[in-house]
Amino acid sequence: MSARGRTLLFLVSGTGLLTVLLIGLHGLPAFGDFHGVLSHAITTRELEARHATDYVTALNFDLRAFDTVGEEAILFAAVTGVVMLMRNMREEDHSERRRRADRHRFQGASEALRVQALLMVALLVAFGIYLDLHGALTPGGGFQAGIVLAAGPAVVMLAGRYLTLKRIAPDWMIEVLESSGAAGLVLIGVGGLVFGGIFLHNFLPYGTPDELLSAGTMPMVSVAVGLEVTGALLLIFSEFLDQSLLSSTRESGEQ
Amino acid sequence: MTVLQVSALAIVALCGTAIVLNPSPLRQTLLMAILGFALTALFFAFQAPDVALSELVVSGIALPLIVLSALRRLADQNPEGRGKESSGAQAEPPTQGKH
Amino acid sequence: MSFLPYAVGAWLFVVGLWGVVTSNHLVRTVICLGVVQSSSYVILLAVGYRSGGKAPIVADISPHSRLVDPVVQVLVLTDIVIEATVAALLLALVVQAHRRFGSVDPSRLRALRH
Repeated sequence: MSARGRTLLFLVSGTGLLTVLLIGLHGLPAFGDFHGVLSHAITTRELEARHATDYVTALNFDLRAFDTVGEEAILFAAVTGVVMLMRNMREEDHSERRRRADRHRFQGASEALRVQALLMVALLVAFGIYLDLHGALTPGGGFQAGIVLAAGPAVVMLAGRYLTLKRIAPDWMIEVLESSGAAGLVLIGVGGLVFGGIFLHNFLPYGTPDELLSAGTMPMVSVAVGLEVTGALLLIFSEFLDQSLLSSTRESGEQ
Repeated sequence: MTVLQVSALAIVALCGTAIVLNPSPLRQTLLMAILGFALTALFFAFQAPDVALSELVVSGIALPLIVLSALRRLADQNPEGRGKESSGAQAEPPTQGKH
Repeated sequence: MSFLPYAVGAWLFVVGLWGVVTSNHLVRTVICLGVVQSSSYVILLAVGYRSGGKAPIVADISPHSRLVDPVVQVLVLTDIVIEATVAALLLALVVQAHRRFGSVDPSRLRALRH
């Protein structure tokens, strides 16, 4: 079917879809008028007992932790897929080009970019660690912290220090980081099974609210999730850019 | 509904339409980051700070990085690349990528 | 006026779907899929909103005050991370398709298969 035919067909069916959606959404309760019984029961009884002050993260890492295990599995499978696809392609190319590229300088970045990267790396890593540890206390938690932590090395890569970064943090180290995050989450669940009889049961003492070591296993789950998300994003980024940053002699050379 | 919510919703709808109407993937990536900022403001207006932080981080850091690196990989790659120079060996001018 | 969040969600869904259907570049398809996903965030959060409700962070307010629904926010948070991951996997497939077929145009991919 030609492109024009597709557009015309969608104009008709899209209008129909929009109408049906709007009619269907009219059946929802009015905006601002939420009567959920489940959420009322959760917020007034369970979460208060857990001594966590961030209800969204507490739900994510304790009451609905099974969904988080499933989500970690999705993340892990997707990153494995990306790595398998990209590495298959990488090995099909001649490997001697990689050896040649290692002896050359990569594409340089300007001085302004490098200075800015220097300032931002420390800030990003510190903020990421803060977000990770305070998952159960303030807005934050494993997912956000993982991506902020991965932005640190990504900024270093963008500033042109790709080969140095590969020597400090080679591929296998990032893979170990990601796998230990995923495995850590499952091990915490097994710990709940061993000590409490239920998978992902919150078996550590709850502590006093608003302290760093409170709310049971939530800080540990937050750290595990943060590790995995960091490793996943760094792996994806370095798989895509692995050959683009190693250019030939014609365009290499730092400014 | 507060004025903040209404204006955030209007900006989100505008950004979404602009993304779809734009022909170049490079410009769409930038618009996607702007949509992420608009969604963050909307989620703050809906009293959801955790979700707003997550949306800001993903749509501002992770998605542009991934899409831009994929676009760069596509530009570098030679399609009939089995057995030939396939990445980065073409003499590209440094300003390549402005569609 | 109180129907506006749902209307914006439905509009984003249809507009994003239009972008997916009429795209001539596979990366455009992935980005417009992101627009479709953001429509679901808007609708979900609009469902869970309570007028006069505060954010579900009880570090400084009493847990018995009027809070916005936190369960819906958990769904949206999970969804946002999965969006980025699925986009990465789709882009890896796009790069692989470009390498094999020499084109990122969806209609040309079909033609090359014959």
